[in-house]
Amino acid sequence: MTNVSQLDEQPAYLGAASESLAECTLSEPERTPPRYQIVDADGNYEPSRVPAISDEELIALYRWMVLQQVVDQRMVKLQRRGEMGTYASVRGQEASVVGCAYALEDDDWLFPYGREGAAELIQGMPLRDLLLYWRGVEDANKQAANNTFPPAIAIGTHIPVGVGFAWGMRLDDSDAIAALYHGDGHPSTGEYQAGVNFGSVVDAPALLFCPNNGYSISASFEQQTRAKSVAQKGIAWGIDGIRVDGNDVLAVYDAVKTAREHVAAGNPTIVEAVTYRLDAHTTNDDPSLYRDQEEVDWWEDREPVERFESFLQQHGVWDEVDAEAIREEANEQFDEAKAAADAFEKRDVSEMFTYLYDDLPPELERQLEEFESFLEARPDAYDYIEHRPKG
Amino acid sequence: MNATLVESVNDALHVAMADDDDVVVYGEDVAQQGGVFRATEGLQDEYGDERVLDTPITEIAIAGSAVGLAMRGYRPVAEIQFSGFIPPAFNQLVAMASRIRWRTRGELTAPMVIRAPYGGGVRALEHHSESLEAAYAHVPGLQVVVPSTPADTKGLLLSAIRDPDPVLFLEPKRLYRSFRDEVPEGEHTVPIGEAAVRTEGEDVTVISWGATMPDTLAAAEALEEERDVSIEVVDLRSISPLDKETVLDSVRKTGRAAIVHEAAKSGGFAAELIATINEGALMHLEAPVSRITGFDVPMPMLAMEDFYLPNPPRIEEGIKDVLDGEGGV
Repeated sequence: MTNVSQLDEQPAYLGAASESLAECTLSEPERTPPRYQIVDADGNYEPSRVPAISDEELIALYRWMVLQQVVDQRMVKLQRRGEMGTYASVRGQEASVVGCAYALEDDDWLFPYGREGAAELIQGMPLRDLLLYWRGVEDANKQAANNTFPPAIAIGTHIPVGVGFAWGMRLDDSDAIAALYHGDGHPSTGEYQAGVNFGSVVDAPALLFCPNNGYSISASFEQQTRAKSVAQKGIAWGIDGIRVDGNDVLAVYDAVKTAREHVAAGNPTIVEAVTYRLDAHTTNDDPSLYRDQEEVDWWEDREPVERFESFLQQHGVWDEVDAEAIREEANEQFDEAKAAADAFEKRDVSEMFTYLYDDLPPELERQLEEFESFLEARPDAYDYIEHRPKG
Repeated sequence: MNATLVESVNDALHVAMADDDDVVVYGEDVAQQGGVFRATEGLQDEYGDERVLDTPITEIAIAGSAVGLAMRGYRPVAEIQFSGFIPPAFNQLVAMASRIRWRTRGELTAPMVIRAPYGGGVRALEHHSESLEAAYAHVPGLQVVVPSTPADTKGLLLSAIRDPDPVLFLEPKRLYRSFRDEVPEGEHTVPIGEAAVRTEGEDVTVISWGATMPDTLAAAEALEEERDVSIEVVDLRSISPLDKETVLDSVRKTGRAAIVHEAAKSGGFAAELIATINEGALMHLEAPVSRITGFDVPMPMLAMEDFYLPNPPRIEEGIKDVLDGEGGV
C-alpha cells in the first residue's frame, strides 16, 4: 500500500518537475565507460594499488590461469583426434574466469554457462569431470557438493534460476552469494532481462559476472546491442554495474571482491570484464568468417597470462615461480584427468529413464522394459557406435 | 466443508503453508489483492510478506526463480495469472524445471508447483483462455495435473506441493465458482497420476478432464435418458503421468470411446489417448474413437467463444457417433 505520509510529499516515482527537456532525457553515455585496471597491458602497475593478497595467492592465481591454458590446448587437441565432443575454449579469457572465481567465498554457488572451466575447478570440480562433461556424460553435472550448477548451454536460461537460488540464500539468512557467469549475448535474452529485474526486486544476492569477449559466436558486441557496455544495463533495473579490465586478473579479483560484499547485502550487481576470445567459439566454429586476423593479433599482444607474468616479475614474485614446473604439473593433472575419464565406467542405458522422476512412472517403466528386451533381441543394434568415425 | 473449486485452491494453500514453513507463494497480484480470482486471499496476512509476495510481471522469472528456490530447499507455489501467459515460462519449464533432477543424476531437484487458471468460458480478455495442456504434457519430467472438482483440487494441489518433482497445476477457471461441493477439512490428498471413474457404464467410455467435465457428465446423463444406454465417464485428473490402466480397463469393457477436451483438436491430448487405446485395446473396439474438442483455431474472444467450446449438445452428438459407429472390415 502507498504510505499516506509519503503522499503529503509526493509519490517517489514522480520525480522533480523541470522546464528542460534535455534535463529530463536520460542519455546513452557518449563514450564507452572506462574499465577498472590495476596492471596495464605491458604489466606496469602502481605498487600501492595491488590488492592485499599474499605471494602464495598470487602464484595460485597464476597456476589456475596456466591450468586453464593447458586444459584449452589439450581439449582442442583431443577434440581433433575424436576423443572429445564439441569444446568451447577459454583462451584469452583466463584472467576474468579465474579472477572472479578466486574472489568467491566457500559457500558461494557458481552458475556457469560453459566457457569457464577454471572457475568450476576452483569451486572444487574434479578436472576429470570437466572432461566428462565435454564428452557428454551427465554424471559430470553432479557438482552439488562443489556448489556448482550444470552449465546453462541454452543462453540466458540460468539467470532466473540462479536469481531464485540466490533469493533462497537471502531467505535462509545465508551470507553466501550466487555467481552467475554469462557472456555478452545473454543480456539480449528475455530470460536475462526478466531474471535480473526480478532479482533486483527480491534483493537476491546474485552477482552477474559477464566476461564480455566481444562476440556471441559471430555477432559482434555492436551487433548484439546498441548500448556501449553490459554494465550500464544494470541502471535500468536499479542495480550497479562495474566495468573491469578482463585481461587484468588482479583488477577482476579486486572488483569482484568489492562487488561481492555489496551483492551479499542483497544488491544484485553486474560485473562486466572486458576481454577477448582468442580461439574459435567452439571447435565447430571458423572465426575467420567474421573477424580479421589483425584484430586477433591486437588482442594476442594484450593476452592476460603473459601480462600477469610480467607483473609477477616486476613485483618480485617471479623468482619464487617455476613457470616450467607449473606448466608441467598442469599437463600431468590433465594426463591424470584424461586417464580417469577414459576409465570412467560406461553407464547403463537405464540411467536415461531412472533419473527423470523421484519415482519411475509406469509408462517410463514400460518403455525401459521394452528397450531392454529390444537390446536383448538385437545385441547388434548399436555396434555401429564403435565403428563410427571419431570427431 | 462445502466449497467452490477456487475456495478449495485457497484452502489447500492455507493447509500447505501452515504445514510447511518452506512453502512460498508468489506471482502477479497474489499477495495484497489475493489474486485476480482471490485464490490466494488471506495468505499474506497470515504468513507475511517474505512467504507470500507480489512479483514483477514476468512469467519467465516467476517460473525460473521457482526452480532456484526449489533447489535451495523451498517449496515454491507460483501463480501464472492466466493460462495464455504460460508460454513465456515454457522455456524455463523445458530447459530447467523438468530436467534438473535428470541432468544432475538426482543431486538437484525442483519440487515446485506452477498454478494457472486455464480454459475459456468466463468471457475474459484475449490471451486469457488457452488450453495448451498437450504441449506441456509432451515435456518429459513435467507433471501436468488438471482437477475438475473442489475436493480433487484440494487433494491434488496438496499432493503437488509435496511432490518431489515439478507440477504444472491447471485450474479450470470456468469451474472456479460454478458449483459447490463437499471438501474434506484440513489434511486431504489425492494421488497424482490416478484417474477417477465418475459414473460407471457398459456401452461407451467418455474420457475428459478439467473444464469440460461437468458438461461431459451432463451430456452423458442426458443421453442415458434419451437412449437406453449406460455411459462410463472417466476423469483423468492428471494427464502426465497418465493413468493408462483406468482408461484401458474401461475401454476394454465398453468397446467404445469418446474423448472430450477444450483444446484444439489436432495434436491435442485426445490423440495421445487414442494412441494409448490402439496400443492396449484396439481389438476391443467396436467403432472408431471420436473426439469432441475445440477447433484448430486460436481461442476466440468472448463474442465467439461459446461456439468454440465443446458444449453438452456437441458432446451428445459426438458420443452418439461412437454408439452408432461400426468398425471392422
